[in-house]
Amino acid sequence: MAEFRHDIKDSDLEKHIFQFRARLALVLVVLMILGLFARMVWLQVWQYDAHAARSERNRIHVEAVPPTRGLIYDREGRLLAENLPSHSLTIVRERAGNLDLVLRRICDLLEMGPGCVDEMHQRAMTRRRPFEPALLVDQLTDDQMAKLSVNRYLLPGVEIEAQLRRYYPMGEDLTHVLGYVGRINEKELKRLDPTQYSGTHYVGKSGVERFYEDQLHGQVGYRKVETNARGRVLRVLERQPPQPGSDIVLQIDAKLQKEANKALGDYRGAVVAIEPKTGGILAMASMPSFDPNLFVSGIDRKTYQALRQDPDLPLFNRVTHGRYPPGSTVKPFLALAGLETGSVTLDTVVNDPGYFQLPNDSRRYRNWKRWGHGRVDLHRAIEVSNDTYFYHMAYIMGIDDLSQTMQRFGFGSDTSLDVEGARPGLMPSRAWKRRAHNQPWYPGETLSVGIGQGYWLSTPLQLATATAVLAEHGRWVQPRLAKSINGKELPLITPDTPPDIQLHNPEYWDFVVNALVDVMSGPEGTGRRAGRGLTYKMAGKSGTAQVFSLAKDQEYDADKLPEHLHDHALFISFAPADDPQIAISVLAENSGGGSGVAGPIARHLSDFYLLPRLKAQQAEKEGSTDGETP
Amino acid sequence: MSQDFMRQMPDAEHHLSRRPGLIFRLHLDVWLLSILLLLMAGGLFVLYSASGADLDETLSQVYRLLFAMGVMVMLAQVHPRHYRRLAPFAYGVTVLMLIVVLIEGVHAKGAQRWLVIPGVFRFQPSEIMKLAMPLTLAAWLSGRPLPPRWKELLSCAVILAVPILLIAKQPDLGTSLLVGAAGIFVVLLAGLSWRLVGFFSALAMAGLPALWMVMHDYQRNRVLTFLNPERDPLGAGWNIIQSKTAIGSGGIYGKGWLHGTQSQLEFLPERHTDFIIAVLGEEFGLIGMSILMVVYLLLIWRGIQIAINAQDTFSRLLAGTISLTFFVYVFVNIGMVSGILPVVGVPLPLVSYGGTSSVTLLAGFGILMSIHTHRDLIKRA
Repeated sequence: MAEFRHDIKDSDLEKHIFQFRARLALVLVVLMILGLFARMVWLQVWQYDAHAARSERNRIHVEAVPPTRGLIYDREGRLLAENLPSHSLTIVRERAGNLDLVLRRICDLLEMGPGCVDEMHQRAMTRRRPFEPALLVDQLTDDQMAKLSVNRYLLPGVEIEAQLRRYYPMGEDLTHVLGYVGRINEKELKRLDPTQYSGTHYVGKSGVERFYEDQLHGQVGYRKVETNARGRVLRVLERQPPQPGSDIVLQIDAKLQKEANKALGDYRGAVVAIEPKTGGILAMASMPSFDPNLFVSGIDRKTYQALRQDPDLPLFNRVTHGRYPPGSTVKPFLALAGLETGSVTLDTVVNDPGYFQLPNDSRRYRNWKRWGHGRVDLHRAIEVSNDTYFYHMAYIMGIDDLSQTMQRFGFGSDTSLDVEGARPGLMPSRAWKRRAHNQPWYPGETLSVGIGQGYWLSTPLQLATATAVLAEHGRWVQPRLAKSINGKELPLITPDTPPDIQLHNPEYWDFVVNALVDVMSGPEGTGRRAGRGLTYKMAGKSGTAQVFSLAKDQEYDADKLPEHLHDHALFISFAPADDPQIAISVLAENSGGGSGVAGPIARHLSDFYLLPRLKAQQAEKEGSTDGETP
Repeated sequence: MSQDFMRQMPDAEHHLSRRPGLIFRLHLDVWLLSILLLLMAGGLFVLYSASGADLDETLSQVYRLLFAMGVMVMLAQVHPRHYRRLAPFAYGVTVLMLIVVLIEGVHAKGAQRWLVIPGVFRFQPSEIMKLAMPLTLAAWLSGRPLPPRWKELLSCAVILAVPILLIAKQPDLGTSLLVGAAGIFVVLLAGLSWRLVGFFSALAMAGLPALWMVMHDYQRNRVLTFLNPERDPLGAGWNIIQSKTAIGSGGIYGKGWLHGTQSQLEFLPERHTDFIIAVLGEEFGLIGMSILMVVYLLLIWRGIQIAINAQDTFSRLLAGTISLTFFVYVFVNIGMVSGILPVVGVPLPLVSYGGTSSVTLLAGFGILMSIHTHRDLIKRA
């Protein structure tokens, strides 16, 4: 059509063009609807026989073949999560006919108590894709299988399926690391890819099982089968095998983990051990624990209620979810912050009369030792855990610098790579207080934070992480559970890795580490009892977290307080100090002072892990020097 | 052909002017109204069967349709000149809502489409855009010298691109497709020269690989599955295989109402929403299908007739676009269910279960009626 060149409106022309095009469009519409009609004729007349036959008998089914879940190993290759064969009862409710009747028969056959039919009904009605089997009973015994098989003709739509069931050989020792799998519930059904999970009955509910669900699950396969009218498979026409899930090797050392649980004994508490060079979590114990195998096939209500209502909270993962005031364990980090910001120097001396006072304020912030430590420098302040020195330092530093530097050590955020549900804790700051309490920050609060109390809350995992970063002189590696997935090592550094901590004067690192070594071995060290007889250099720091605040001049007297108000004992350590191979944080709830209870646990685990290794390293060294000398 | 048909069809206004009744006073169009009622009544029967003889669900659809009819009647009262005046405003507000939806919207099935006004109702702003788009473009172009040239085209492209990108981001491929189609129809009807039509078609072809790059995985999957349904027999391929079987097994006469085995046995997924026509095909056969397609054709025919008889450019462009967009709805839905187009989420207009799309569709017909019943008795030049 010719190009129109008008700059004023020409109504007749517009109308003319429009009417032509509208009619043209109508012709096209008619043609396209004829096209659709032709398609229908093709489907409904031409291909009628094929479709009718297919629909009428509905014999060809596509069935999902679930993939085998990946296995989980520890760093030494010990099996931590495996799959055991088991038989379960499933039903395709579209084929059952009278569903309630069939369910009642099953309940009678298996001699299950009252309420069985209702429960079965609920399971059968779990929303799935049409003609997809729903799980009724797992772990059938041989006896039950025999009864069901004999009466199979009475149970249309019901199948006994051979399946693999998750099993955790270490039981309660690794629950809070591995998590567990459980039956897929309605909520998860909405979240999960219906295709991938069409043959799968279980999904990771917590821990590694949940975090690495996608990798562990694998790819679903399918088979096209021909069935008879009652839905029994006659012949497999075509199959696409599933792709099994990836095996995962963890950084966990199962022996150390077991020992950590044992070391905690009857205390409620947590132990985290990290290999500083790799960020690998060697052990992550939270006690008390429970047997995850209970949850795999569905826990009965009574046991579950007992677990839930246990005052010791076995279901609670203290390592990742427990938020505790870190107490004096954070003094080494605070010391570094003080040095870095110039609030104190290596030689700054503070006179400690047993308390600290803010200018123009009568309130006394007290040292843990009533009568004070006298003249204290930074080294001694760490060694004897002097509070007055740190009040003084925090006062000069101010909350802004303090909070910022501590955040660089990972306090107040989750820095983990793959620890499911790890909490950020709380690193208080001016902005936070305004947001959370709509109040300004008071100078006195800086003092509490300056000794790891006040609003400051951290998880045992955060403490261990910060310790590992300190051991590595500020080099960050995210703490992680997985070492390799399907043989592929995880990268050491990821985009989420926090930036390394660079100090103006790198000698500060050695200074603080030396002070920590003296905590364990110095004449006044608060951890000297735990450090007795060390054959390697261990750096450590004790801490005591107050569960509630004492009123002015009130004395803390453990005997007069109920147990749940007793102080929490904390301890952090790494060793050997000159070549760190293990960083540990220990928490024992309501057990009193850090040096008394938590210190010996850290020492014991250090010995347990290091002594055989140091010996082997020594032997290797000697062996190689032997080889060189003729 | 179309001329003949028009002569046979009594002009609604003359016809009505002899006995000015309620319908006349309500500015309704008898033809559109009766075809729509026929379509919706038939649709309810199919829906009842498709929902597994669920009376509650069918009734809730009745209420939705009644509400939508109310909207239609209301919109028919408004003079087209007001639509023209308000178009930019409607456009602005809807774009704003689309942005809000991306930030605050409610997720459903992996996409973010819903805007919730707590306690009142929730709706998809992208639906409103289906009307706001033709309104705006028609209003804008009708004030410019036509046929549109580069300057106008550039503005149109901007007006069109903003909401389409926002909707595609939700992501909602089906709706952005419909909104895009509406915009393109306005420009085509406004007289875009054939040379440029050819140029832009070639450009679009060249742009297809780029579109592939920006598509979401699940959208790519749908296209791949469409090309080869056997690729994913457990997932999206299942829908196509099953709906084809359902339609095909209906034959010429169908299996009878409530007797479709595929649909009743729950083989067919989404059978009361996007795939409802498979139920119709199975239970009423080729005959039912043909009736449905004729009904749709009559609606579109009447719509285009109204457009041709409209008295100003704005009304013409708007009426023509609304009718043709309605056709796209019909064609894409039937095409995807019968396996000749990839599966994009487009419901079967006025038959599928669902509220928002019924409201926008009937609102469109309300505007058509307004255009037709507000004509001046003395034609303007």
